[in-house]
Parts: sequence; structure tokens; C-alpha cells
Amino acid sequence: MFIRLLLALALLPGLTAPAAAQGGPPSPVPEIVKAIGEVASSDAAVQEAAAVALGKSGDRKILPLLEALREGSVYVRPLPGGRKETVIVGDKVNEGDKTLVPIFTAYGRDPIQGPDGKPILADLSKLEEVSTGRSLRLVLRPLIDAFSGQSQLADPDWTVRQAAAVKIGNVGDPGGLPALTEALAKEKDRWVRYALEEAIALIQLKAGAPAERVIAATRLGALGSGDALDRLREVAATADTPPALKEAAATAVKRIERWSLLTQGIQVAFQGVSLSSILLLMALGLAIIFGLMGVINMAHGELMALGAYTTYVTQGWFQGHAAGAFEYYFLVALPLSFLVAGAAGFVLERGVIRFLYGRPLETLLLTWGISLMIQQGLRLWFGAANVDVISPKWLSGGVPVMVGIQLPYNRLFIIGLATVAVCGMYLLLFKTDAGLRIRAVTQNRGMAACLGVRSRRVDALTFALGAGLAGIAGCALTQIGNVGPELGQNYIVDSFMVVVTGGVGKLLGTILAALGIGGLNKIIEPSFGAVFGKVAILVVVILFIQRRPSGLFAAKGRYADS
Amino acid sequence: MQDLSRRNFLKTTAAVGLGAAAGIGFPAVLRAQGGGTVKVGVLHSLSGTMAISEVSLRDVCMMAFEEINAKGGVMGKKIEPVVVDPASNWDLFAEKAKQLLLQDKVAVTFGCWTSVSRKSVLPVFENNEGLLFYPVQYEGEECSKAVFYTGATPNQQLIPAAEYLMSKEGGGYKKFYLLGTDYVFPRTANKILRAFLLAKGVPADNIAEEYTPFNHQDYQTIVGKIKRFASGGGATVLSTINGDSNVPFYKEFANQGLRSETAPIMAFSVAEDELRGMDTSALVGHLAAWNYYESVNTPQNKKFIANFQAYCEKNKLPGGSKRVTDDPMEAAYFGVYVWKQAVEKAKSFDVAAVRKAVYGQKFLAPGGEIKMHDYNHHTWKPVLIGEILKDGQFKVVSRSKGLVEPEPWSKYTSPDKGCDWVKHQGTYQKKA
Repeated sequence: MFIRLLLALALLPGLTAPAAAQGGPPSPVPEIVKAIGEVASSDAAVQEAAAVALGKSGDRKILPLLEALREGSVYVRPLPGGRKETVIVGDKVNEGDKTLVPIFTAYGRDPIQGPDGKPILADLSKLEEVSTGRSLRLVLRPLIDAFSGQSQLADPDWTVRQAAAVKIGNVGDPGGLPALTEALAKEKDRWVRYALEEAIALIQLKAGAPAERVIAATRLGALGSGDALDRLREVAATADTPPALKEAAATAVKRIERWSLLTQGIQVAFQGVSLSSILLLMALGLAIIFGLMGVINMAHGELMALGAYTTYVTQGWFQGHAAGAFEYYFLVALPLSFLVAGAAGFVLERGVIRFLYGRPLETLLLTWGISLMIQQGLRLWFGAANVDVISPKWLSGGVPVMVGIQLPYNRLFIIGLATVAVCGMYLLLFKTDAGLRIRAVTQNRGMAACLGVRSRRVDALTFALGAGLAGIAGCALTQIGNVGPELGQNYIVDSFMVVVTGGVGKLLGTILAALGIGGLNKIIEPSFGAVFGKVAILVVVILFIQRRPSGLFAAKGRYADS
Repeated sequence: MQDLSRRNFLKTTAAVGLGAAAGIGFPAVLRAQGGGTVKVGVLHSLSGTMAISEVSLRDVCMMAFEEINAKGGVMGKKIEPVVVDPASNWDLFAEKAKQLLLQDKVAVTFGCWTSVSRKSVLPVFENNEGLLFYPVQYEGEECSKAVFYTGATPNQQLIPAAEYLMSKEGGGYKKFYLLGTDYVFPRTANKILRAFLLAKGVPADNIAEEYTPFNHQDYQTIVGKIKRFASGGGATVLSTINGDSNVPFYKEFANQGLRSETAPIMAFSVAEDELRGMDTSALVGHLAAWNYYESVNTPQNKKFIANFQAYCEKNKLPGGSKRVTDDPMEAAYFGVYVWKQAVEKAKSFDVAAVRKAVYGQKFLAPGGEIKMHDYNHHTWKPVLIGEILKDGQFKVVSRSKGLVEPEPWSKYTSPDKGCDWVKHQGTYQKKA
């Protein structure tokens, strides 16, 4: 190998050697120094030879360079005196019209410091990009895999360790066994251990001795390994498989299938609850405004959009002013969304809606007009394009609860939020004086007013409460969907569907309708697809409303002013 | 055809006015191009739902006109753009196209994004000797005399992407989940992909196909299915999910524990412009297939981006110097230049002459040299596979060897059909 390398060097006398790593960390051996210079060559053959040499060196500190080569973040930096240095660049920073990048050493990826001891930010346009052709990337891939498969098994992030184990297992290369066994001995995390055991068994099933293969098949069955299902089926179906192994494989397939049926059932249940919680959160505000007050509020979706944009603005503020506490912006955004949307609702009620009580058609037109105005306002202020709301880390990813099931944090959070909101609403309406007044005004405005309830004020506050809940829903939706001016349009139909199905004016009806619609949707969707699922739900709701025009729970007596 | 034209004509009489009535049936351009300018039409929605995408195309066309005018125009005549706003309304597209052809008598029109808008203007351009440059990748299965398609045909995007994923370098994937929004492009795209995969020996059990409605938000079930599909490794998702649904999809994908290393998503409808409004953290490492990326490292692309950003800033367009470029914008941009070169070759603005001159025209586009096809009205283009980076840009990981020939009729789904305007009259039956 090194002969080829030296040959390449001899052929390219003009090639300059890179500067040695700057101080501190131990310097690499001369061969590596040479190869580091050569991977930046414009000659593809020289580049490849150098990359192979680096890969074969077995030096872990070279891995970042190989990965950076694949990503295309390797550059050549001119040094004083006409010398050149191969460097890795970090994330771009825009400063004025210049693009600056932090630079790192090719060996070990340590930050390169200037004379003042601070990391250097280099002007990207002064650096020369090292081009990586298709063939070099072909060469790099196995080199990195060989390196990283092992180093990823020691990564601090458990998801990376797990993914690495799954990958090695699926490839099924017996060469990976020692690394897996070694990692298993050290591993503490339950799910990574599972992935490691599964990977070991998969490799043994593929390439082990006959007795080992039988044990591996049984083991995989006991693990409920979904990854092994195809392979076990194949083993069981192959004609020249020894009978013992065949039997073990067939038993394992049955076990895994049973297990996967169970996990699928649990998953569908969770998905149904999750969708229901989202529907419920969206419909809760409407259940108050439309259900209790009898106002057909077509601007409900836009109030949600206000909440979502409040989250966006809060996130922006945190990025600018409190980057350290960025992970918690969402906790601030949640009450803020409530306040902003609530205030908008208050203004709306005081400004226009109160003049139209008892005139549903006019209210419908008016609120629809307002929804268009809010939409256009958002478009003018924030632009027509969607804006990006970044999920905080604690709402990204998920928690594995059993083999094959990982519950996303954002969905768990929304289920929790919906539960809290519903309980809060219940307590407010049924356990406080304010709630009593709201119910009194809803049931009989005249009588309530006679008894000294300031019904106008109660109206405004009730409307604001409903609007605030819409704001909270909007805030929560930023974690699963888009934020754009048309956000409200996507949700308004579902919200009305839930409230109407549940029975206007009944909180319990809304909850049950949300659970029913969400659950039914998730039961239909796996076998019939998303498009048909949506159609089927609408048909079911229409038929239901035909049978029971006033929803699940019909309000008894009068509830509106009409 | 005659009936259709008359009906449309009656419908639009009010808009077009009596003066234009006399113009019907005559090659409009012959009489229109006096004086020192030549009128060209821009037919992109500047309001309504499609405005978000189409406004950028108007901007980039206007920039190309300005560049050409600054260098003396086309055959000594300055370009005078006629910009109309069909407002994302498909019927209005036809009316505005008529207005451009009959009232303004434009020499050429640059426009349309959605397939339905293109289909709506087709009869207008075909019956009135019009010429349209259409810049967006589309589902193919069309071969109009009046249109030059500078975007990709399915085989210039789908097939190379699938080939890449199947190759050793791309990861050697063996199972394919075809997922799309429920409308004509994904349906056609998946029909072609399925036929291609089956032809390559992928067993039917290893191909899954699924559609979601527009604006679909809840991807729990589908991601759960993909997860089961992907167990055992070697699976990839080929996604034609439309803009808005992508964020919930990618988020759910990551949150249920799927990763780009084990099951990458290859997207055919996610470009730089879409990524502007997304939290890209869940998308990093996934793939896309286009014919151009903003990150393409060519001198002419650097110039193109710098010029465009300067143009937006100078004209106080929203976004200013932070604007991004993407595939349809590049196709719209080089379409203007291809037309200019063809006019200069034909030494005439006459549509019939220009059409013949377009055949075989080459241009050094920002993404690399392109070539107009010799007879099928589409464009030879390079195909680039890109990996999504944190900053919403793409790193090109694979590039087709040379240019890929456009196939309006896919050889996998319509092997008996061809498109030829030189030896045939458009779409023809190939002899077995």
C-alpha cells in the first residue's frame, strides 16, 4: 500500500505536505501526514489511494476526516509561505456578505486556534473545496462503515448505538461479532442491549455452526425480533435446511408473528388516543364558543394560527436573546399563545360579535370575514411561506416502551396537554363561581342578569377563554405540523365535526366524539389507506348526524338566546 | 378542437375585446413585432395558492429579460414583458393565455406550474400558433407542438433515483415503499417506478404503494407501516408527498425511531424553496432527486445565484438578498435563453421557424450544459441526487454520467408510444 502511496507522491512532486497539527495533541505518523495532504489532491486516483491508506491505518483520529470527505466539508487552507493545509470546516456563519466557518484539524478534528488562542473563523471564499467524486465516495463508504460501526457502538447517544447494532445485524457480517459481544458486555441501556443481542443472533443464524443456528433461531423468536422475520421465514422455507433448524425457525416465526400482532394492536390504540387528543385540543375552544355560547366561529382556525405564530415569535426571541434557555422556549410559548389568542378573542367579542348574538347567519359571515383578514394579516406580516418552528430536544424522538414500539415525545406531550386542558375546563366550569356564572348565562341570560350576573362581561370572558384554548391548540400543533397562514383552514373542519358530533353544548360529548373519531380513523386507516380513511369517517359522521341531529348528547332545554 | 376554441373564445370575448377578434386564425406574431421591442408573455400565478411557488419563476424570468436587454436584446429588439396574473385559477389561465396571444400578440410565453394549468392553456396555444416554455418537472405522457418542456420528465428524476438506491454506492436497497399525495403526478410517478422496479427483478412483495390526501397531517399509521416494512433492513421510501405534508411526515418518521442511515427517504417534491419553511433537523441525511440544486458548484451557477439575489434586492422583492434558487427556477431561466438563441438562429420571431430552431439548441445553464431534444420538445438534463443538509441545502452525492434523454412516454409504462414532431405529428404508435 505504501509503495503505491510513495509512487503517487513521486509522480506529483508539486504536491505540498500539510502543516503538522498545531501543538497540543500528539502528531500523527508521517505516512498519515502525507495521506492527509493527498486526499486533497485534484487527481482522483491519488485521492483514493490516500483515502484507502488512511482507512487501513486503523487510527481512530482519522475517522472525522473520512466522514467530512463524504459530507464535502474538507477544504484546503492556504498558509503563509505558499504552503497548504487540509482542514475540516464546521457550520457556516453569515456575517455581512461574507460566509465564515470554524476550521478544524484534519487529524482528530480539533479546533484550529489563531495566535490569540481563540478558534479561527475563516472566510469560506478564501478556502478551496476538496471535490469528492463518485468513485472516491464509493471507496470511502466501506472504510467509514468499518470504522464507524465500531465507534458508533460506543457513541454517547443511545439511538446511535442502537441504530449501529441494528445495521450490523442486518448486514450479517460475522466480522462484526467480536465488536458486538464486546459492546454487549459494557452496555447498560436496555434497548441497546436488545439490539445488540438481536444483531448477534442474526449473525449467528446466518453464518454460525448448525447447533448455533438453532439456538439463534430460538433466541430470535424469544426476542420477538421483527428484523429477523424475513430471514427466519426464508430459513424455514429452504429445502436443505436441517430439520432441527427448520422447526426452530418455524416456531420462532410463529412467536414473532404473535408478538407483532400484539404490538400492532397497542400501536393502533396509541395512535387513536394521540389523534383523539389532537382533535380534542382543537375542538375544546370551539366547544365553548360554539357549544356554550352558540356563536358559529369560523375564525377558530385562525385563532389557532395566532397561537402557532406566537410560538414562532417566542422561539425567535429565545434564539436571539436567551439561546442558553432555548430548550425551554416552548414552556413559555404555551401560556403566551393562550394570552395572545385570548386577547384577540376578547377584542373580537367586544368589537363586533356582541352586536350579533342570536343572529347565527350574520355571525357566520362576519367571523368568516375576520378569518380571512387574520389570514391575510399573517401573510403580510410573516410572508406567504411557511415558517419553521424548531422542536426542542425534549419533544423530539421517542421513548421505546416495548419491542417494536417507540412512543414519540411530542405526541405523549399533546396527550398530557389535552388531559390537563380538559380537567382544567371541567374544574373551571363546574367547581368555580366563574364557571357557575358562565353556565348560568348560557342557560338563561335574562334570569342570570336579573340575579346580578354581569352577562356582557361573562360573554366576553367566555369567548376569550375559548379563543385562548384555540391558541394553546395552535401552539401544540407546531410540534407536529406546519406553521403557515393557512394553518387554520386545515383544522377548522375537523374541529366543527367533533363539536357537532359530540352534541352542541356538552363538554363530555366533545370528549367522546374526539375519542370516537380519532379511534375509528386509526382502526380504518391501516387496512384501507389514508384517503379512504378520511372519506369513511365523513360518511360515518354524516350517517350519525342523520340519526341523531343533535349529536351524542342533546342539550336539554334552551341553551341559546334564540 | 374547433368547437373548443370557439367556446373558449365566446367565453373570453369580454376580456379580449372586439379588436382581437380579427386576429383569430392569423399567425399573430407576424404583425405584432414592429418597432424596437418584442413582446413576450409571463403567465405565472402571482396570487392564490400557487403564488408561493410561481412568483419566484416570474422573478427569474424578469431577471433573464433584463440581462438580455442589457446586452442589446434579441436580434436588436428589446424584450418587453407582458406579465399577467392567472391567480391560481385554472380557467383564468386559459383566458389570460388568450389575452397574451390575441391581444398582446406575444412572440413566446413563459409560464404555468401545475399540470392542470398547463392542460387548461394547451388548446389555446395549439389553436393560435402560440409557443409556451414550461419549466416544471411533470408526469409526462404529453407531447404538444406548442410547448417546450424545460423541466424533467419522469425518467429524468425517478429512474436515476431508484437506480442510485439500488446501486452498491447508494446502499443496495431491495425494498421500496412508494408514498405520495393523491393526485396525478404521484400516481403516474409510482406507476412508472413500479414498472421499473418490477422490470429490474424486484419482487412485487418488496414494493408497497400508498397515498394520502392533500394537507394530510397524521402520519402515525403510515410511519408504523413503513417501520414494519423496513424491519430486516434494506428498505427505502420513495416519496412524492407534496409540500405541506412533508413536515409532519418527516417528524413522525424520526420520532418513531426510523433513521436516514437505515431507511432513507428519497423525495421527488422537496426542493430548496420548500425547505425554507421547515425545521430541517428531522430531514437531514435524507435524499432528493432533481436536475439542479442551489449548491451545484459551477461558476455559472455562482453567478446566477449572485445575480438573482442582487436582482431581488435591487427591485425590493420580498426576501431580497436571502432568496434561494431551485430546480424549476433554473429551468425557467434557461428557457428564456434557449428561446433567444432559437430566435437568433431562425433570424425570425415566427413561431414555426423558432420551433424548428429550438431543436438541438444547447445552453450552458447554471446547473451545467443542457440540450433541447432534436424532436420531442423536451430537454436533455443531468440528474443529481442530493442529500439534505442542516441549512436546508443539498449536498450532491451522485450525478448522472452526461445528460439523460427525456422520455415523455416512459418506456416502462408506455413502451408502444413515442413523441416526435419531426418525423411524426407528435405522439405516435411505435411499430412492434
